[in-house]
Amino acid sequence: MNDIFGRLTIDAFKHDPIENGAGIGIAITGFIILGLLFYYRGWKYLWNEWLTSLDPKRIGMMYLFMATLMLFKGLVDASMMRAQQALAVGDSMGYLAPPHFQQIFSAHGTTMIFFVGMGMVFGLLNLIVPLQIGARDVAFPFLNSLSFWLFLVGAFLLNISLVVGKFSATGWLAYPPLSGNEYHPGVGVDYWIWSVQISGIGSLLSGINFLVTILKMRCPGMTLMKMPLFTWAALNSMVLVLFAFPILTATVLMLTLDRTLGMHFFTADYGGNPMMYINLIWAWGHPEVYILILPAFGIYSEVVATFSHKRLFGYTSMVWALASITFLSFIVWLHHFFTMGAGANVNAFFGIMTMLIAVPTGVKVFNWLFTMFRGRIYFARPMLWFLGFILVFTSGGMTGVLMSVPSADFQTHNSLFLIAHFHSMVIGGVLFGLFAGLSYWFPKFIGFKLNERLGRYAFWCWIVGFFVAFMPLYALGLMGATRRLNHYEAATGWHPLFMLAALGVVFIICGGLLQVLQIIIGVRQRRQNRILGDPWNGRTLEWSTPSPPPFYNFAIIPEVHERDPFWEAKHRHLPEKKQTYHDIHMPKNTPMGMYIAAFALVFSFAIIWYIHWLTIVGLIGIIACAIIRLSDDDIDYYVPAAEVERIENQIATRIKHA
Amino acid sequence: MTIKNKFAFFFLSAIAILLAAILIPYAVTGAVLNPKGIIALEERDLIVIATVLMLVVVIPVFVMTFAICWKYRASKKDAEYAPNWDNDILAETIWWGFPCLIILILSIVTWFSTKALDPFKPLESDITPIQIQVVALDWKWLFIYPEQKIATVNYFQFPELTPVNFEITSDAPMNSFWIPQLGGQIYAMPGMRSKLHLMADEAGDYRGSSANISGYGFAGMVFTAKATKQADFDKWVQSVKQSAPPLGLNEYISLAKPSSYNPEASYTLKDDDLYDQIIMKYLMPSSKLHELEKTSIR
Repeated sequence: MNDIFGRLTIDAFKHDPIENGAGIGIAITGFIILGLLFYYRGWKYLWNEWLTSLDPKRIGMMYLFMATLMLFKGLVDASMMRAQQALAVGDSMGYLAPPHFQQIFSAHGTTMIFFVGMGMVFGLLNLIVPLQIGARDVAFPFLNSLSFWLFLVGAFLLNISLVVGKFSATGWLAYPPLSGNEYHPGVGVDYWIWSVQISGIGSLLSGINFLVTILKMRCPGMTLMKMPLFTWAALNSMVLVLFAFPILTATVLMLTLDRTLGMHFFTADYGGNPMMYINLIWAWGHPEVYILILPAFGIYSEVVATFSHKRLFGYTSMVWALASITFLSFIVWLHHFFTMGAGANVNAFFGIMTMLIAVPTGVKVFNWLFTMFRGRIYFARPMLWFLGFILVFTSGGMTGVLMSVPSADFQTHNSLFLIAHFHSMVIGGVLFGLFAGLSYWFPKFIGFKLNERLGRYAFWCWIVGFFVAFMPLYALGLMGATRRLNHYEAATGWHPLFMLAALGVVFIICGGLLQVLQIIIGVRQRRQNRILGDPWNGRTLEWSTPSPPPFYNFAIIPEVHERDPFWEAKHRHLPEKKQTYHDIHMPKNTPMGMYIAAFALVFSFAIIWYIHWLTIVGLIGIIACAIIRLSDDDIDYYVPAAEVERIENQIATRIKHA
Repeated sequence: MTIKNKFAFFFLSAIAILLAAILIPYAVTGAVLNPKGIIALEERDLIVIATVLMLVVVIPVFVMTFAICWKYRASKKDAEYAPNWDNDILAETIWWGFPCLIILILSIVTWFSTKALDPFKPLESDITPIQIQVVALDWKWLFIYPEQKIATVNYFQFPELTPVNFEITSDAPMNSFWIPQLGGQIYAMPGMRSKLHLMADEAGDYRGSSANISGYGFAGMVFTAKATKQADFDKWVQSVKQSAPPLGLNEYISLAKPSSYNPEASYTLKDDDLYDQIIMKYLMPSSKLHELEKTSIR
């Protein structure tokens, strides 16, 4: 009877007050949302229009919603760390005990990379890629829904660990032997493993899906070299997903076998080799950062051309730059551990390969600048994010090249200098890019613009906050401050700079809150800010559809003859062709993706807590749902031509009256 | 420029200048930029060279960004406008070629400096080096002097201007051994022996720590590396030998148990091959390990 709940006992629910507060907060928010749904009787709408939807626009929105929630969770983690480091100097040990502090930074990294970065990237890909290539859907609509739900389960597991048990305290990449059973028994690392594993499988499936979508579903006339740059960036990023994520799956699986079945892949004794884990995890981990940044590069390319009212400069060069970054990103992983003691030749090779990436990246920056050169530059919000990016990313790139010199890296590795560098890349590069993309494309999908002024204030808070929070870390790193310290001596003289960094986080939080306010006020003022299809004078196909686009995207699949087809169409005033509509083939909604993911949640929760019977239930559930789905022939339907015509006429009337 | 824009511009410049004014004094007086050893000195020079080489690209980018934004802003209607101009072979050649050139220079610097500053490579000196074996434990550092037959915890002393040959391992999760003012770090890994060769130019107390997370007491893994005159060092060794308690395998086993913020301590070394035994226990065949697990060492 004792075994029925495995190692899950009442102790799993006992936490210190701060963790309890977080848990209760999450629970209350959950209940409020549930209550609102009952109050407004939103269940049916939610179920039919969102949860079971296979429409990539809906799935993309759900990705973005989740990623935003996780961004705030990650931001709370970050502020707790900054507060601890501002307080815990000399005799004061701060307000967080080491186990709790270490869980927070582990959760912060995991959250930001897997659930904010990846979530926003896949969200935007879902929204934009089909529209940009003139397609009605992705190649595998059901797989797309499954990917999203697996992503959600990963995020869910991470949050459950706040309430039931604890999270990993071994950093966001859980290096063994620290993450092995010997040094880290208990459920923390297992939560990390399954959170990452499940969402990683979702990402891999999504990668395959978008790769096939881009390669096979482009509209007539859109050759590869006529694809918009965002789609090119997405294609490269998905190639990286395809090659990198299987490494993550296998590596994390081996760690699972070590922990759960007592094997010795990565233990220090019995012939295991922990350093092999570090190699493998970075063989995934380095491409991963490019999986995040390449789509951001794509976004900047679209934004700069649109807001400069000019063709993108050096298109071919940009494509080749993307391709060379994609290739190089697979042969640089060792720069994450020059300090492991590989020979000088090995270190020098990986160092030089790393600095080579600066060349295509620099080319992209120069091409963006020359896109603006002799253009008409409008400093709308997306453009502000782009300029912020240039400032932060270029300086971060400089310190990156510096650290690619192995002997210089010996003095900066694992110091706060490194932290400042990679936050320049992931905040200045990825996050600013995603914000640019969101402010650029969001009106397309909700049919109105958000408040411009609040958006600008948010930008200024973020950029000032970024510099105040992260520039001190460069100085701290040079003063010998290492990362992940929950306490340091007063004699180090670091305290004032940690205080300054904490002040920076206050600015960043203000930025985040202003963005929330911007959404709230935006929704309230939506009637004043209604837009038609093309609010920014866009260039690519997505702007040729109405806002929000109908569920089938294009009533008639467009034909493309050049790059920037919509811009050309607007400027040539082509005679309007007679529209004849055809039946449109669409997938039917299905909750099966959600069911499979739910069983995956049961399965992983049971493994984490060693509840063996429940593991089997979860596994059988996954397989049964997959079989049911695969043997179901009733998965699609046709929208009759008459219905398409009715919807199109309705849209046309709406546009006329606007 | 409107008043609002002017205000924003000056406000931001003020913040940038203020930040720089606060941070630069800290950075230039920091440990990494104030080396007290030959290795740290050469590594600092590399940091400076790489930074200067990169600034050759980065400064033009900043200037160009600002100038282009200013010149081609939409409100300035008389600026040149070429909406379809999207290619220029000369320009492309410059910005593929010029960064390539800089990276080529940096690659050459990297290739030679990586070989010269390989942490496993002994320093060239007429003075006989001193051997120190370093063991990262949960959560403290053990320093063993095999020649002097003494050992210390979270503290070690060594003569100035004498090469120090470190052999580093861990009997705990992976750590990273770093004394910023003397030179760069190297991982301390269980069952493995990494090497580091450093030298102090002058006497002084240098702070060292673990740069890699290794568990709950990791923040307390701070130690002092004290460089002194040779005579003072010899005197110190003698005093340790006379007064310190012995360290053999049994004492080591109780020392190795997890503990945080250990005070400094010193021992006389009873077991000459203690360091080798610490490494070897990870490398034994599994039958031997199973046997040992029943006894004390594991």
